[in-house]
Amino acid sequence: MLNRFMQSRLRGLVFLALILVIIPAFLSNSFQYGMVTQIAILAATVVGLNLLVGFAGQISLGHAGFFGLGAYFTGIATGTYGWPSVPALLVGAIMVGIIAWVVGRPILRLKGHYLSMATLAVGFIIAIILNNERALTGGPDGMPVPAFEVFGWELSSFARYSLFGLEIEGFEAWYIFASVILLVAVWFALNLIESPIGRALRSVHGSEVAASVVGVNTAKYKSLVFVISAIYASLMGSLYAHFLGFITPAVASFEFSILFITMVVLGGMGSTFGVILGAAVLTLLPQVLADFQELETVMFGLILMLTMIFMPKGLLPTLTAIVSKRMRKKAGGEA
Amino acid sequence: MLAEFLQYLFTGITIGATYALIALGFTLIYNASHVINFAQGEFLMIGGMATVSLTAMGVPMVLAIVLAIILAGILGIALQRFAIAPAKQADVVTLIIITIGASIFIRGIAQVVWGKEYHVMQNFSSDEPIRVFGAVLNSQSLWVLGVGAVVVVALVLFFTKTLTGKAILATSMNKEAARLVGVRTQMVLMLAFLVSALLGSVAGIVVAPITFTSYDIGIILGLKGFVAAAIGGLGSGVGAVVGGLALGIVEAMAAGYISSDYKDAVAFSMILLVLFFMPRGLFGPKVVERV
Repeated sequence: MLNRFMQSRLRGLVFLALILVIIPAFLSNSFQYGMVTQIAILAATVVGLNLLVGFAGQISLGHAGFFGLGAYFTGIATGTYGWPSVPALLVGAIMVGIIAWVVGRPILRLKGHYLSMATLAVGFIIAIILNNERALTGGPDGMPVPAFEVFGWELSSFARYSLFGLEIEGFEAWYIFASVILLVAVWFALNLIESPIGRALRSVHGSEVAASVVGVNTAKYKSLVFVISAIYASLMGSLYAHFLGFITPAVASFEFSILFITMVVLGGMGSTFGVILGAAVLTLLPQVLADFQELETVMFGLILMLTMIFMPKGLLPTLTAIVSKRMRKKAGGEA
Repeated sequence: MLAEFLQYLFTGITIGATYALIALGFTLIYNASHVINFAQGEFLMIGGMATVSLTAMGVPMVLAIVLAIILAGILGIALQRFAIAPAKQADVVTLIIITIGASIFIRGIAQVVWGKEYHVMQNFSSDEPIRVFGAVLNSQSLWVLGVGAVVVVALVLFFTKTLTGKAILATSMNKEAARLVGVRTQMVLMLAFLVSALLGSVAGIVVAPITFTSYDIGIILGLKGFVAAAIGGLGSGVGAVVGGLALGIVEAMAAGYISSDYKDAVAFSMILLVLFFMPRGLFGPKVVERV
């Protein structure tokens, strides 16, 4: 039984890796590479958010706040103070983790819409601070961020590298890097879900009272997963800042928080691979709709509404349900 | 000193009255369906923008206002019938995303019809400001407060004196029981969205001469209304009014005495503080959870 679990978990990961390997065959320029790299980073963020929303059943409408804090910590530490990238990224994540723990303890006692409201407020406060502390953050105009570097080796979209005798463009290198990060993020999430912590979380989602009656320390697990999802957001915010090379407070905005939660819900709450699909769809949709020009926003809203009305469980769970129903019907017909 | 304080107080009460109306809209829909309607702010936008464009076309102000309110009402019913009702089995978060989708959709249409620029609306009566103890009061503020008070009284009468109002209350208390005694709950849900839309558009129209109006004004106003409703305690009418006024006053004082850059931060800190000590807001019902 355990063996089969391991296999199914690995199967998903291998499948994702395969897709990530195949994707470059469809890409022809640096813009498209940039797009999928962005999707990979945002997908890794929502894989973390999904742990909180999909598994522990707690809604966060302020996750961009943590994402933005990570991005700005990296921007300020590497840009203004000349820190190397990796220590900046790690210290930023630890700091965000502590902030999430401190604010998480009191607000996770809240239920339902009050919790959404509180997370929304935390996100807003972070965005307002980033907007107004001009001396530190450059205010609404934003700030430049240096390229990601490890021991003097820089990862830049505009550079060229040779790897094992292979010539690689900088944007291709970023894509490979982001893909590996996404795989690691998914691997960690899948392991967490199948661990005792993950079972405790699902019991909280099912019924918090029942969970606490059978001895699950619900408060502890809820704060733990809140902190983990905030650290995911912070790490990915740091990478996002390095990748874009320029950040504005928009990365911490309410709109961005809404985008994250929408990726989770549209893709399929509680489905790790579903939320990756959600991230891809919501990043690509505006590109596809750009042809509609001024009708772009109308179309976006309409598609979002219709998808959620007709697929309330999200894209991937609905699609897999349809496929497995078909398969079962077919199997039944043959037998 | 006093003049300054009064000035901030007037500003706060005026904007607070608007927040209160928006919060009442949230409360109504929340009570009837437990949905947080993130498209609530768009009703304000539609009210203000439709009035501005109709008067620009030469329609008399009063008629323009009535038409704008009717338009918002139709929109409210449409939202319930075509977006909320078909998804009644959906999760709470899913419903939130649906209303967010609806608000993006409505905003998109407004942007196509009215463009992205700010629109100015005339004051209802004179542009002459009123002076009280050295503070300057925009005459439109009196309209906001007056209309707000009338609306609140009308709502109270509606819920206590009319059969329809009582049906909505009954549904919010226990949907199944209400259906058993013959209340058509689908109709009630539609009514809740209708009244909520009317409230929102009225708020949007009276406040438009002060704040101006544009296609995207609904986002932040809607959010503030949600904050006000949560401060007061979701589902409580008194809470919505108190929460709205408190939020408006705190914001105006923070902008005046601390920093206008941080006025929103003060508002959001206030909600955290309230929820920290009162997890169900100021007047939120003490619900005992059934297990």
